[in-house]
Formats: sequence, C-alpha cells, structure tokens
Amino acid sequence: MIFPTTPSQTVGPFLAIGLPWADGPYAVPEGTPGAIRLAISVRDGAGILVPDALIETWHPDPDGRFPDLHGYGGPSEMPGFRGFARSGFEEGDGHYEIVTVKPGSVPLPDDRMQAPHIDVSVFARGMLNRCVTRIYFADETDANASDPVLGSVPAARRETLLAQPTDDGYRFDIRLQGPGETVFFAI
Amino acid sequence: MATTPRRIYEIAEHTPTSYLREDEDAHPPLDYPSYKSTALRHPKEPLIYLPQTITEITGPQLGPARLLSETDNDLTRQHEAEPIGERMRVTGHVFDTEGKPLRGTLVEIWQANSAGRYRHRRDSWPAPLDPNFSGAGRCITDDEGRYSFTTIKPGPYPWGNHHNAWRPAHIHFSLMGRAFAQRLVTQMYFPGDPFFPYDPIFNSVRDEKARERMIATFSIQGTQPNWATGYEFDIYLRGPGATPFEEAF
Repeated sequence: MIFPTTPSQTVGPFLAIGLPWADGPYAVPEGTPGAIRLAISVRDGAGILVPDALIETWHPDPDGRFPDLHGYGGPSEMPGFRGFARSGFEEGDGHYEIVTVKPGSVPLPDDRMQAPHIDVSVFARGMLNRCVTRIYFADETDANASDPVLGSVPAARRETLLAQPTDDGYRFDIRLQGPGETVFFAI
Repeated sequence: MATTPRRIYEIAEHTPTSYLREDEDAHPPLDYPSYKSTALRHPKEPLIYLPQTITEITGPQLGPARLLSETDNDLTRQHEAEPIGERMRVTGHVFDTEGKPLRGTLVEIWQANSAGRYRHRRDSWPAPLDPNFSGAGRCITDDEGRYSFTTIKPGPYPWGNHHNAWRPAHIHFSLMGRAFAQRLVTQMYFPGDPFFPYDPIFNSVRDEKARERMIATFSIQGTQPNWATGYEFDIYLRGPGATPFEEAF
C-alpha cells in the first residue's frame, strides 16, 4: 500500500436522490425464466423497520460464473445477467426487493466448495460504513452443512444468514442490532 | 436492460486475486455515540472474518450503459435554466492504494443545493428548493481513472443531532471500484469549512490525516476563467493484497 484509502462516510438520509436506479432491483432482466424475488427487511436495535437503507447484492449465475473480468472460470454466459442489484426508496417502509436467479456454487481459493450465497452490502443513515453480510439458502441443507464460511460462524448465529423459501423466492430479514442480530463480516 | 455483459471485458486488465483487508484505522467505527443515529444501527456482535473468495474479488462492471444522458455529469444543465449558486467543476481520479487508476468505474454523486436543501421529500428545513437543480450526477472514469462533474457548491444545513448542529458543505460520493471488496461511499468536503470542529460525521474519522483525505483541494488550474471555480478530489480504494489465504482461514 502506497496511498492510504479514502475513509467511508454515511450515505445519510437522502441517498434516494442519487443511488436508486429504475432497473436497480433487477440482477436479471424482468421475465427471466427461473427468476426469484428476494424480499429483504431491515430492522434496527429497537426492532423498528429501517425505511432509508440501501441494499446491494452481488452473486454468480446458476453456473457459478460472474459477469466480470477474465480469469475466474470464464464470464457468465447468461443473457442479461448483471449479478448486481440495488434497492432503496425515497419513502420506503423498511422492505426491499431484489429480482434475480438463485446463484450456483463457487469455490474457496483452496478449491473447497462454498454453499450458494449472495454478498450483501447494507448502507443507511446512522451507519458510518457499510455492513457486509451473506445470504445463504435454508433449503440447501447439505451444501450449508459443509460450507467453510458458515462453519466459522458460531452455530447459534448461523440461522441469521439463512433466507427462508417463500411462494416466489426467499425472505431474508436483517437485524442490525439486538436479539437475533444478523452476522456481519469483516472483509 | 442496462448492461451488455460482453462489452465490459474490454475494460479487463490486471485482476487481483485478493485485496487488502479493510483498513480499520482509516474508516470510522460503526458505533460512534456523538452521531446519535448510530445508537440503534450498529451491530454489537464482533464482525466475523470473511475470507476473500471469488465473490468478494469480483464486482459489477457498470460501464457507459449505466449513464442515462449527456448531462449526467453536468448538474447545471439538467433543467430548463441554470441552478443558482457558485458554478464549480469537481474533478479527480479514482485510484487504488497502489496508485493505479481505476478505469471505466462508476462514480455517483448527490448533494444539497446552494441553500443547503436536498430535493427529497424528507428534507423539510425552511431553505428554498431550486427548480433547476436535482442534485444527482454520474460519471464513468476514463483511461486515466479521471472523473469530472460540473455542479454548484452545496450549502451547509442544520440537522437534529444536537443543539445548533450544522453539516459542513459536502458532496456524497459512491464508488463501485471493480470488486465487491472495493465498494466505498464517502463525502467530499471543502477546504477550511468552519463547521469541521463541530461535525460528528466528519470527526468520526479519528485520524486527522485520514480526515484530510476527504477534503477537496481548491485548484486555480482547474478554475475556468469567467466560468467556474475548480476543485480536485482524488479517491483511493483499497488495492491488491498479499495475505496468503491459508494463513487466515
């Protein structure tokens, strides 16, 4: 490191002026076969829904490939797959939504396989830096049981990382603080 | 639909296999009592170490397809007439901490108008809205990692954190970088702002030298005669790291 990094600051209460995009929630084009809806809620330490957050997600396609640079097993060949989505509102109610496809598995650098997961950034007023978490899928019992990252999380807290199946996708509830506090990661 | 995945590979160059871990000394703590809104919005459990896997060292490559119009980076030309205020150009580079420019990366900004009022339904303090100012812009960095915006200087504004609390004038910046690990949201401040000593958000960055990295530099070279004042603001996102994977996980 030659130059130190620029410090993080909060997105503040008015992020909706600049950050939400019309197509933000769509990591895949609308109408993509097999698309799922991720219903995400954010609650604070008092259990109150957080209406002014921004949620961002990033994950590979069902083959475990990213729409990214060369060199990581090849780029995604799924038409229109962005892999990235963003949800935030000028007047929200604490519920966020992402439309995507369920990710495939990708390895750790030592080739052990990880369970399917989605990286998540949470930004909000009152948060001086983003909080990073991961969404795993409650119905991937076997893959989750052998996942090295989940295995590094205290057993009693693993459930906070599991999205629960719904009629059209999954539900993932984020608790920033307090009982059932979501596991957040340092990267 | 927004991006065309194939086109982004033209941007591909050096692809790190790991990034530096987050620099805890540079960034503010999530729990910072003088900024009252952090009280219920910071995790109390310690963060858990996440190894950098392919999910963290890749990231969305949001190229020119992300831009909506030619006035995206000129906030003074997004309406019928010009907004009121000090016309200003803000330019700079997005680098990694090795000093390498980040090319083709998305920079998004948002800000208050010259009276310190945001065009947002939840901002209700009695300063005027400007019908000619929305306050949002975006830009993709060029081959040297440069971005540029034309805008007006935002005003300071009061907020409810404590008695007589005012935010120093600032512009919000959002940087995608090229990897999930590089994502950064920050604020750009102006040199010599009288509110610095009283602002808990600015001072949540505990190291004085780190705080200085959030302050733009006035530039007479960047000032355009008979047109606009100039400020330079370079942004550094964490660069490649060398931590052996096995060592930590």
